[in-house]
Amino acid sequence: MIVSTQAPLLHWDRLSVPLPTGADRPHAVENLSLDLRQNEVLCLVGESGSGKSVSAMATMGLLKGEMSQTSGAIRFAGQDLTKLSPDARRQLTGSKLSMVFQEPIASLNPFYTAGAQVSETIRTHSDQPAAAIREKVLSLFEEVHLPNPEQIFRAYPHELSGGQCQRVMIASALALDPAVLIADEPTTALDVTTQAQILSLILALRDNHNTGILFITHDFGVVSEIADRVAVMRKGQLVEVGPREQILTNPQHDYTKALLAAVPKLAPRAARPVQGKPILEVNSVSKTYRTGSFLRKAGREVKAVVDANIHIHGGETLGVVGESGSGKTTLSQCIIRMVEPTSGQVQIAGKDFLSLKGKELRKARQRVQIIFQDPYTSLDPRQKVGDAIAEGPLIHGTDMREATKISHELIEAVGLETAAADRYPHEFSGGQRQRICIARALALQPDLLIADESVSALDVSVQAQILDLLADIQTQRGFAMLFVTHDLRVASQICDRICVMQRGQIVETGAPDQLFANAKEPYTRALLAAVPGANRVFG
Amino acid sequence: MIHRMNPITAAAAMFLVLIAVVALLGEYVAPHDPYKQNLLSRLTGPVWTEGGSSEFWLGTDRLGRDLLSRLIVGLQMSVGVALLGTMIGALVGTVVGFVSGHFEGWVDNILMTIVDIQLSLPFILIALTLLAFFGNSMALFILLMGMYGWETYARLARGLVLSAKRQAYSVAIVSLGATSGRLYGRHILPNIASALIVQLTLTIPAIILLETALSFLGLGIQPPDASLGQILGEGRDYLGSAWWIAVFPGLAIFCITLSVGVVGDALRDRFDPTLKARRN
Repeated sequence: MIVSTQAPLLHWDRLSVPLPTGADRPHAVENLSLDLRQNEVLCLVGESGSGKSVSAMATMGLLKGEMSQTSGAIRFAGQDLTKLSPDARRQLTGSKLSMVFQEPIASLNPFYTAGAQVSETIRTHSDQPAAAIREKVLSLFEEVHLPNPEQIFRAYPHELSGGQCQRVMIASALALDPAVLIADEPTTALDVTTQAQILSLILALRDNHNTGILFITHDFGVVSEIADRVAVMRKGQLVEVGPREQILTNPQHDYTKALLAAVPKLAPRAARPVQGKPILEVNSVSKTYRTGSFLRKAGREVKAVVDANIHIHGGETLGVVGESGSGKTTLSQCIIRMVEPTSGQVQIAGKDFLSLKGKELRKARQRVQIIFQDPYTSLDPRQKVGDAIAEGPLIHGTDMREATKISHELIEAVGLETAAADRYPHEFSGGQRQRICIARALALQPDLLIADESVSALDVSVQAQILDLLADIQTQRGFAMLFVTHDLRVASQICDRICVMQRGQIVETGAPDQLFANAKEPYTRALLAAVPGANRVFG
Repeated sequence: MIHRMNPITAAAAMFLVLIAVVALLGEYVAPHDPYKQNLLSRLTGPVWTEGGSSEFWLGTDRLGRDLLSRLIVGLQMSVGVALLGTMIGALVGTVVGFVSGHFEGWVDNILMTIVDIQLSLPFILIALTLLAFFGNSMALFILLMGMYGWETYARLARGLVLSAKRQAYSVAIVSLGATSGRLYGRHILPNIASALIVQLTLTIPAIILLETALSFLGLGIQPPDASLGQILGEGRDYLGSAWWIAVFPGLAIFCITLSVGVVGDALRDRFDPTLKARRN
């Protein structure tokens, strides 16, 4: 870090943002006092609902309604932004403060080309001729390392990948050479290898443009890669701020310590010994999607899964890792037959699962259960929690009393109060809902549990609890688990073996300790290298 | 709930309750026998007009029948036909939508083609053709009302089913081993019902208007039975001399359709969680 002696670029002075009446607390952000300096990356970290995004929105003047009634001050260039009229504020900050959002594809207008959108940003703030603007945009594209700038200039957002869209957004944010760049979880929606590239790009920006960067993230791995200073927020309040090394190695506040302790360790373990025959055997399963229609017979073929072979024993956890589009979810959907494989065999507890039909299939479904990524959509919003958990046993002929008993036992087993049975899903937090989903899946005593990115949408502290819960229950009940994830840290912790997928193929399988120590495939090595903060132990 | 309602919605809802009660009681609340002719007092004006009689509050028609009593039984007929027609349409349409959404593929293509065909023809044309072929009967008339609007339910239900069955909760329920019947009946239907109920409030006024139009043309409810549209049609010839015969049923139709629309809007807002913030 280059220590700047100048006055802070941006200064939040006891900033408070009210929440609408009826929210769970009076303020989204309370008495936030913080500096952003030139030529530094300040990471704002915290769990969901900690007020980090709201602080950014307040700074950009993007809050609406009751929340726009902020108190305190946001000082920039000698003025308090909160006291300026919207027009004056726009004139002062329009070209000086820029923001990049989490969803790169949603942030671009699908109707215009990437070039047109970046050009427009420049055009609204200057009267340069079109040719000059075009040149400038192309040089920006080059600076953010977009391949073939000319081609990207003419491309529409849907023709670009997520990483490319995010580069375009960053180019657009840089178009006016801003003094401050606010990046709100800009890499969260991206694959790890893409994330690594975007992070190095952001560091280059800091160095080349002296930009002050406020980087919002929930990921301590990312923090350890790029932060100069770190500010930790919790429930709207700033709990701790300091240089990166101090926060990561010697945190003062208990909350920071707890957060760091919850970061999954990249601590690859050895496989546990297994016995007997495998519960799940997948032999040469392939799934090919053919596009094309009645009028256009010769369509395109997409090979989502190619010749996959896996097996899992009881009590064992197999991780499937890979980037988005690698086919890991399709593979798990083939196993539960939500997607019919094009070819291959799936045997569960010695039974051929793919040949089953109708009643037999419905009966066999209780052997395999699945837990999804998004706990908000995976429960029927109009069904009480107790009924949701009891439903599986009821379907398979258990009587009402027994099913209710099972449901109550499981609610306790996953760490909720039995009173939860009478409540609806929307009354629970994401982590609690994921517990309910686990209880629902376990009610049928499956032989195989598939967890499809089941902890990816959760905050780290909740994530750690759910991972512990899964491991404990697995030890008690001895089911086999297929754990699909994009997060190598999580996989290294919970899995006995990991298989790495790339473009539909399983490229490498091995126990975490072997795989992490000497991966044979270059792709596996690239994935491992891209894990943010890979060389650091947190907490 | 009432205290949070805006006054216009509350008034509309209360008006509809009144209409429902009057329609339910029908002849029992009518001050006169609606079918009894009294040629001596034919074309008497409403009570407040010159020549009006306190015996006939809203006046009499060309045969001296009490207009208020005629309106009450007409209301019963119109509302009854509209409700029955709406129910038939909603039921058929929703079932078609579920079948379409469940099977997808060629079943969906065929059903949706039929829907498109009906949507591309003016319904009044279909109604006139069927009435011309099969003659007028009460059963056919109600069936016609049922045919009106089913295609909207089919389309709506199909779209909702297609989206609901791809939700993670549906996949989870299928993987529990549930039958399709259980998935659709116990999980998807309750989740999409609100949208279908709102659609009901859009169809009811449309069917009342359709009934009015057909009866006005003399193709709907046949005398001596009365419906709002039929009374309105009878009043057409007397607009110059006895305006009340046409004006009161017209006013009733106007108020009912408007009220159902207002209540429907309120229901839609209530069911739509994205509008919740704005309401508070």
